[in-house]
Amino acid sequence: MSVHTVKEILASLRRKESKPSEWTETALRMIEQHDPTIGAFLTVDGERALERARRLDGEAFDGALFGVPYALKDNICTRNLKTTAASRILESYIPPYDATVAQRLAATQGVLLGKTNLDEFAMGSSTENSAFQLTRNPYDVKRVPGGSSGGSAAAVAAGMVPFALGSDTGGSIRQPASFCGVVGLKPTYGRVSRYGLIAFASSLDQIGPFTRSVEDAAFVLQAISGHDERDSTSAPQDVPDFVRGLEGGVKGLRIGLVTGLDEHGVDAEVQAAVGKAVQTLQDAGAEVVEVHLPHLRYAVATYYLIAPAEASSNLARYDGVRYGRRAAGQSLAEMYENTRSEGFGMEVKRRIMIGTYALSSGYYDAYYRRAQQVRTRIREDFEQAFKRCDVIVMPTTPTTAFPLGEKVDNPLQMYLNDIFTIPANLAGLPALSVPCGVSSEGLPIGLQLLAHWWDEATLLRVGHTYEQARGFAMPLPRMGA
Amino acid sequence: MGYETVIGLEVHVELKTKTKIFCGCSTNFGDPPNTNVCPVCLGHPGTLPVLNRQAVELALKAATALNCQINQDCKFDRKNYFYPDLPKGYQISQYDQPIGEHGYVEIEVDGRRKRIGITRVHLEEDAGKSMHGEDGRHSLIDYNRTGVPLIEIVSEPDIRSPEEARLYLEAIKSIMQYCDISDCRMEEGSLRCDANISLRPEGSTEFGEKTELKNMNSFRNVQRGLEFEVQRQTQLLEQGQAVTQETRRFDEATQTTVSMRSKEEAHDYRYFPEPDLLFVHIDDAWLDRVRAELPELPAQRRARFEQELGLPAYDAGVLTAERAVADYYESVVAAGSDAKTASNWVMGDLLGYLNAQGLTVEASPVRPEQLAGLIAQVDKGTISIKQARDVFKLMCESGKDAEVIIKEQGMEQISDEAVLVPIVEEVIANNPKSVEDYRAGKQKALGALVGQTMKATKGKANPAVVNKLILERIGG
Amino acid sequence: MKISEETVRHVAALARLSLSDEEVAHLAPQLSEIIGYAEQLQQLNLDDVAPTSHSLARTNVFREDEPWPGLARDVALACAPDSTDEYVRVPAVLEG
Ligand SMILES: [Zn+2]
Repeated sequence: MSVHTVKEILASLRRKESKPSEWTETALRMIEQHDPTIGAFLTVDGERALERARRLDGEAFDGALFGVPYALKDNICTRNLKTTAASRILESYIPPYDATVAQRLAATQGVLLGKTNLDEFAMGSSTENSAFQLTRNPYDVKRVPGGSSGGSAAAVAAGMVPFALGSDTGGSIRQPASFCGVVGLKPTYGRVSRYGLIAFASSLDQIGPFTRSVEDAAFVLQAISGHDERDSTSAPQDVPDFVRGLEGGVKGLRIGLVTGLDEHGVDAEVQAAVGKAVQTLQDAGAEVVEVHLPHLRYAVATYYLIAPAEASSNLARYDGVRYGRRAAGQSLAEMYENTRSEGFGMEVKRRIMIGTYALSSGYYDAYYRRAQQVRTRIREDFEQAFKRCDVIVMPTTPTTAFPLGEKVDNPLQMYLNDIFTIPANLAGLPALSVPCGVSSEGLPIGLQLLAHWWDEATLLRVGHTYEQARGFAMPLPRMGA
Repeated sequence: MGYETVIGLEVHVELKTKTKIFCGCSTNFGDPPNTNVCPVCLGHPGTLPVLNRQAVELALKAATALNCQINQDCKFDRKNYFYPDLPKGYQISQYDQPIGEHGYVEIEVDGRRKRIGITRVHLEEDAGKSMHGEDGRHSLIDYNRTGVPLIEIVSEPDIRSPEEARLYLEAIKSIMQYCDISDCRMEEGSLRCDANISLRPEGSTEFGEKTELKNMNSFRNVQRGLEFEVQRQTQLLEQGQAVTQETRRFDEATQTTVSMRSKEEAHDYRYFPEPDLLFVHIDDAWLDRVRAELPELPAQRRARFEQELGLPAYDAGVLTAERAVADYYESVVAAGSDAKTASNWVMGDLLGYLNAQGLTVEASPVRPEQLAGLIAQVDKGTISIKQARDVFKLMCESGKDAEVIIKEQGMEQISDEAVLVPIVEEVIANNPKSVEDYRAGKQKALGALVGQTMKATKGKANPAVVNKLILERIGG
Repeated sequence: MKISEETVRHVAALARLSLSDEEVAHLAPQLSEIIGYAEQLQQLNLDDVAPTSHSLARTNVFREDEPWPGLARDVALACAPDSTDEYVRVPAVLEG
């Protein structure tokens, strides 16, 4: 197989060496060939995609993503195209409106191919919580692709699409990017509009891209960023030219190494790969400093109170009244309970239960409010750390992709896997996962970079510099065991 | 043993914005069901609220007019509960940082001023409407009202009688209308009221077990519902029975209250800060502007009418209850009418006519200057008071000026002595008996002579002038 | 923190979930474990720490009071599992 980056596709189209429809056809062929094994897509909108692409064949190269095929995580609403959040309760939901990111990508003349699999309502770290199908890791189909945006990560890794969007609430872009050997970016909270993203935890959710290169990530981020009056939490912040900002290297930049990560059970191979990456950056001229995040160890506990609390409220709207699936019931109360009990999977119920409990009277102060206070502490930790450095480096995950089924029945173990990705969400910081090696089992390892609020430019520059200097190309996935 | 009534009211007032609080759908009342809806107010997955600035402005105005302390940093919270007319499964409301707290309004009870405390004023979104389907097994939901901005005004338990409750409501309504915050049309649901009521032995400082009263859709029904509850609870207590804490519904047909099926579980609304909205900060400049722009409120206007215009308290109260009425009245006075005379006309003939016709004062067929013109005709002696009332009716029907109608009807009084003297002299000449009787001390005889003169002029003679002319001639 | 099956049932009722006995039995220890893990936050001294409900420090994000186009009624009602020509329809709402 041969895979292409967004940049390569655009260059070819611009030179008229190829036509948009050819790229869409190629992508559809890849999906047809590999997706029966991988299971990345919940919906492939092939006919309409081809139609759109063929229309572009006759048009002049115009939009920023002219003719580039892409996929959206199936929790991003698309008008007239089924959007399920991988939940039974929305299994035939066709939104009457477009998410802002969907609108913006459409405006760049990209070609939407379909919707990708996820953990139901983005709740999970393995995509095993999808109500509809498993997604397999293209590097080892017996392993998970990570989650919750496992479908988008796998689709990009398997070469089905050059880019896809995901959403990241506690690591749901970076962790699957790391597991699948692709680049994943979670922008600063407020950088990308959440309007049309099916909410999991509103104060943490952020949409971002999966790509095959940091440069592509910059390119896609450019297309989806910016203030949206439909989202009060989207910031009227200037959007710099991310692509131009990639050049310039890391000379003189201070890279913060977080002390005391050993206590979180980091796999030796992961540690070694990340150490090597830091060395690469150092060789490229960066200065390495140590930083301390004293409240990092509380991040998972904090997150698993805040996110379920918000989720329990965000998911109250699924009641079988105005849209979605309704179960039978003699009374209204029975209809509600049947609808929700049949419509939600176990992990979603579990989180609704945790969140409802944490907010219920008598517990609010002890759990939810306390978690919000710790969140303040975690944010302050980063404020301190960023006085000493420009970018913080950590592994994206403590381990490489784990086998399917391994953690399904051990929710806490599954949650603890998110230790390094959660802090960026709690603080609202931008964070990037870049492949930094392959384990002895052939599984990708991710390097995570975090930057100051709104400083995606530096984040991408460091990522790009590393990618150029790392001295190896990620091996293509085997699409087998 | 006597009992004291303790009442607290929760009043919901819909704000007069063009669009809903969190989306751009129209707030228009009475549109066909489900025609003012969008993905946001229907709570579609992925949609987000964006706060309508005007809703905050009006809520701030209301809280200020109700003498509240303003929370310059206020926020929104989610109140979580399930109901089919509540699309998101939570209502966006304000919990621990409402826009206003610790306010009050004044009412006048039996000639005395009384202050009713206001615990809080907060901003929130309205729910939709559900109605029973014809088959009896279904309910039908209309989401047009979902997301209309509301303020909830919670009173302290300072109200001591059903009448005070009505007066308090009237005061709230009056303030809201003065400030152009709400129409306060109870029949359209733009003002709604729930009441908490309990009794306690006179002299006691502890509260008795309370009932919550709902479904009172007019000011009169609020008073009646509460009166029934006072009676019912008094009876229970006198029979040594306990009042059950419950929610009761006012039944208009029977004019009683009936227990609503008690809920199986206690409420646990799980309030938490709304993460989809940012905090609201009302800076000093904003607050100062709202304070400065606040119109003269009913209580101030009423005091001014009493002090500057010398109106009796009763008149001032009636005239200032509605801003439009007070404005109308002031225009009449501004056009030159005497304050008390104008008050009599506005409270009497004008409001009487408008009420009978079901018209608002804005829709009055007689403009204030026209009423002032009518009053001037009486002052000049062109017509009598009695005639003036007939002229007013004709003005209402035709919209014409008083002067025109007086001419058309030939109603001008004759005050011209040159015209009246020959008639008076003829009457005296033709009634020597009456003249004799008068001179003999029978006062009544004078009336007969005046009456004859009036008859001779078909009632048009100015009685005062006639009186004077007769007396001049028969000695007095 | 041990979360009893009774508490699990109460919380499920608040969340409008009906759980089977097996699910309750399964969830009680899991929730106990997760909430128990979260209990470590109790160790921290957080006096005078303001809660963060947002990583954004901005205030006063408003829209002006101007109308937006909404949804046509037939489009809005087409999403509903049950409706008439004018209304969304649900099993009867009982008073109370
Ligand atoms: Zn709307």
